[in-house]
Amino acid sequence: MYGTGLAKGLMLTLRHFIDSFVDDLRYGLRKYSHSTDNFGLRQGTEAKGVITVQYPDEKVAVPERFRFVPFLIVEDEDHPTRSGKDWCTSCGICAKVCPPQCIWIVRGNDPNTGRPVPEPEAFFIDIDICMNCGYCAEYCPFDAIKMDHDYELASYDRTSHHIHDKEKLSKPASYWRSIAPTRAYEEMLVRGTWEHKDAAKEARRGSASPRASSRAQETQAEAAPAAVATAAAEAPAPPAAAPAEGATPWSEDDAKREERRRKALERKAKRAARSGG
Amino acid sequence: MDLNLQELERTEFPVPAELENNIAITSLSQLYNWGRRNSMWPMLFGLACCAIEMIATASSRFDFSRFGFEVMRATPRQADLMIVSGTVTKKMVVPIVRLYNQMPEPKYVLAMGACASGGGPFKEGYNVVSGIDKYLPVDVYVPGCPPTPQALLFGMIALQRKIDGQSIANGDDVPWYGIGPAEPTPVPVLGPDIIDPRQMDMIRRQAEAAAEDMAMVGQRELPSATQLVAAKVATAETTGAASAAISDDALSFVLPTGGNPWTEAEEIREKRRLRALARKAVRASRRSAEAEEE
Amino acid sequence: MVSPALAPDDVVNALSIEDSIAYLKSKHPDAVADDEREGYSGVLVQASKLVEVARAIRDDLGFDYLSSATAVDYLGAGDHMEMVYHAYRTSGGGALVFKAQTEREDPEIPSLVRVWRGADFQEREAWDLYGIKFPGHPNLRRILMWEGFHGHPMRKDWREAYYEEEQKPFDNRWPGGHAHRSEEKNVFGKNVTYPPDIDLNRLMDTSESEVYASLGLGVDVERILDKDGFETNELVVNMGPHHPSTHGVFRMVLTVDGETVTSLEPVMGYLHRNHEKIGERNTYLHNIPFTDRLDYISSMGNNHGYVLAVEQLMSLGRKYNPPTYRCEAIRVMMVELSRIVNHLWAIGFWLNDIGAFFTPVLYFIQERERILDFFEAVAGSRMMCNYMRFGGLFGDLPERIKSVSNLTNDRIRDYNTMQFLTEMVNERIPRTIDELEQLLTQNEILLERSIGVGILSGDDAINYSAAGPLLRGSGVAYDVRRADPYSIYPELDFDVAVEQDGDMYARYRVRVTELRESVRILKQILPRLEATEGESIWADGKPGAYAPRVPFGEAYGRVENGKGELGYYVVSAGGRGGSSNPWRYHVRAPSFINLTPMGLMSSGYKVADIVGILGSIDIVLGETDR
Repeated sequence: MYGTGLAKGLMLTLRHFIDSFVDDLRYGLRKYSHSTDNFGLRQGTEAKGVITVQYPDEKVAVPERFRFVPFLIVEDEDHPTRSGKDWCTSCGICAKVCPPQCIWIVRGNDPNTGRPVPEPEAFFIDIDICMNCGYCAEYCPFDAIKMDHDYELASYDRTSHHIHDKEKLSKPASYWRSIAPTRAYEEMLVRGTWEHKDAAKEARRGSASPRASSRAQETQAEAAPAAVATAAAEAPAPPAAAPAEGATPWSEDDAKREERRRKALERKAKRAARSGG
Repeated sequence: MDLNLQELERTEFPVPAELENNIAITSLSQLYNWGRRNSMWPMLFGLACCAIEMIATASSRFDFSRFGFEVMRATPRQADLMIVSGTVTKKMVVPIVRLYNQMPEPKYVLAMGACASGGGPFKEGYNVVSGIDKYLPVDVYVPGCPPTPQALLFGMIALQRKIDGQSIANGDDVPWYGIGPAEPTPVPVLGPDIIDPRQMDMIRRQAEAAAEDMAMVGQRELPSATQLVAAKVATAETTGAASAAISDDALSFVLPTGGNPWTEAEEIREKRRLRALARKAVRASRRSAEAEEE
Repeated sequence: MVSPALAPDDVVNALSIEDSIAYLKSKHPDAVADDEREGYSGVLVQASKLVEVARAIRDDLGFDYLSSATAVDYLGAGDHMEMVYHAYRTSGGGALVFKAQTEREDPEIPSLVRVWRGADFQEREAWDLYGIKFPGHPNLRRILMWEGFHGHPMRKDWREAYYEEEQKPFDNRWPGGHAHRSEEKNVFGKNVTYPPDIDLNRLMDTSESEVYASLGLGVDVERILDKDGFETNELVVNMGPHHPSTHGVFRMVLTVDGETVTSLEPVMGYLHRNHEKIGERNTYLHNIPFTDRLDYISSMGNNHGYVLAVEQLMSLGRKYNPPTYRCEAIRVMMVELSRIVNHLWAIGFWLNDIGAFFTPVLYFIQERERILDFFEAVAGSRMMCNYMRFGGLFGDLPERIKSVSNLTNDRIRDYNTMQFLTEMVNERIPRTIDELEQLLTQNEILLERSIGVGILSGDDAINYSAAGPLLRGSGVAYDVRRADPYSIYPELDFDVAVEQDGDMYARYRVRVTELRESVRILKQILPRLEATEGESIWADGKPGAYAPRVPFGEAYGRVENGKGELGYYVVSAGGRGGSSNPWRYHVRAPSFINLTPMGLMSSGYKVADIVGILGSIDIVLGETDR
């Protein structure tokens, strides 16, 4: 009969209309409770349709791999020895691999010797050019540049706000661990420690028995993930709290580093004495 | 829509407690802005990739109608807001400027995405305009490539904040209530390359110089921020000084923190930091308590 | 091998590529020669004999489908211009590549529009961007840039205002990175250059008048001046570039007689963002995220085509491992998911165009959001996935689709990836397709609006190089996944969707069938994913280099994307031991070439139908204009 197809379609829209209320009733007042379980369920595959996200009051948290604009990792402020130090060694791979070429790095030079030091002197990213592709983070050999999850960046003036300099780009390592606990943990496994790759290498070179120390780090790492995941899921907390005895992951390295520094000083003193003599 | 009278209230005229939510004393500007910002009709106008995210923002999951961006109008004559959603090409900027001129005042422009803000990844292209703000006044820039729907919503709320801060008494805020008709933005011309009529004199001078086989004359004034960034790098090179020292003076006004009109993001970050600190403190105390028990 | 010159037609039609080349050489011994450059394939044809040879290729050898025609500028590497043609048989099989060379100064190559109408827009593009003239082309005007623009920008010696260096990475990014905006170096503060002989006193914008002048000159236009003894005036109507139904910044100039369209001229280039020029400066790796922005509805498919083309080139080298099985399986899954996204989007907006305003499209966007959630969790971005790499992928599927709290008011979600996928594939997507059909397939209004409207015959579809649902809706069962298989498609069980009618409704049916076939493929992929759990996604066991060097040669990688056949023609040349940047990077964009028969399909219909016809072709402007 002419018109049945039309009626069928209209029935479907009616069903959608009714379903949306039935769904609301099913959750009742709980839909206003901002409960996380509720939200995940209603935005997942089991829900019917999509339920509007009440944006500023509730936000769809972005997944770990999400990429927006890049940021640089610096050591946490409460790090005992490297507080506030860059992870970046200014190797320049991010600037080379950047498709629209929006990264500028000034390699740092030692003011006295003029030799390059493994830290960038300046770092700029023009976020008006950046295409959020994530290559810089993907190909950085030092895990020093990462893609941020903070998308709330709208501004009224692009000339002053859209070239991010080093100060604006720098965020602590704990922040990265808080926004991407799983990936931070995987990277840590590859590096072997929560420390920066160079620091880890130094530590390994410094320790008398490298195999033993790496085994120690492994066991530590095995203990870490669960703690990291839970800690990071709730708040930006450094995984310092990970090991059960409360020691920081770098405390073990600290002793070695102290030892090494003492030895280096001794050597230096000896050399100075020799050249002076 | 539920009417929230508190939004309109001004603190200098207190309302007796028993009349709260029934009466609000407000200023004319505030009432006017409140009405205006809750009925911002965007133009149904998509340029590129960002337009797809704009459609996603308009669809049921994010739904910008909740903020009064209710209906998208296909004609500029009924639109208050132009969302420049995507790469602006030289060929397209001509119709865009015409559309802007056809919009009734008050009108706003939101540059969505890296391309509309500053050319984006396609900036070096020969047919790409490096930012719509080269031709039109832009009110809010939303970075991202493309911005997610939530980022766009954030930008739209930022625009509402901006409107909130405007005053009818201030001619700079509301230039369209001045005497006489408003000046239309000059429409660019597609010549051998795109020609901005405002630059006609400059192009003529350059052409004359080129004809006489002279070097290009005239120096463009750089935007202050990048000039300073350039200066910073230059000093860094000549002196070889450590970056910390430079960023203190030169860069402190390159990236102003005090004069930032949009402080919400900072507030959020600050709140987040405080929250984290509080949690940390709780955890620390718990841990010490456990240690004591042991 | 049979003696080709004497063979009967049906035997010649089935010759292999090598035998076909031998046949051509024996038939035109002085005009056809092997292309003997390192890594190249096909034949070089003398320009003066090109039309004759092309006829032989089409009629004698049966290569009836011209997939791509593009120009290459070999400045400093032979100093000549070259047109490269890829012809296929619609019955399946590989390409017969033939090329014609000409001087760089005042280049001229005879037009092939009379042989394949599909060459129309592609030759106009070559004229626009390379300045190659095509004698015999009926309407050789600029297509992407505007008439009056100075120079032909894709030529290697043409430099734009923000030009920095020939190749990326640019030197000044590191180690002494001078942060500046490009506009600061330009006197005008914009990326503009003016020729020294610019005459501002007699400046005229000729771009518009040229558009109107070309009306009625197109390949397909027949002018009806006065009809039935009435003296009627034709009216010129502009649709676009700002028009809600043109799916972006596309423009059509129609001449109408009353309400009936007599001719239609597509005008494009409003989103020409110089993809290819930028692509030739980029390194091979840089181009992957740029391909995302071609057909921004289905970025996974774009990645796949480009990665296939470069992998083809890499396989010419000595050390090359093909991608692992798991990698291929994930690729196919992603591509099929984005095909679903693409078709849902296309059908939704087509329905919008013909009057089912927004209700269906909102339902489909809901489903799309689920798939985008998955893309976001796996690849990092909802739309610009940038997921595939040469010989691998950005990353394996995560165990859980999980979000972590970051901003205030963030709400966390946490799903098991495989469970999420299984539910999507087995329940949600099929349900959405069912609803789609229930909503509209039998709707009388839709049937009346779409049946018998925008008809394109099968022969025309082939001749005009139409691709994708547009081609298959006209009764030609040509799907690259079956005709010239790639990846793991040969072992997957699916049917090529085909409809005979060639009208809007037929294209709609093709899309719906393809949605179901995609689900069928996905159902086969899921067990494969489980079986390969733990296998590396990298061909070499570890992530690829950030600056891969690619051996010399040319490659044409093509995939069946949602919109049709998407091809990438990549040439690697210059430098020693392979190149780091492509010499030529061309995109055979289905959205662009599918517009060639637009004029043919729309004359005789009403203005309101034009909107629907355009919607049924399903274009996306990022790909049309590149």
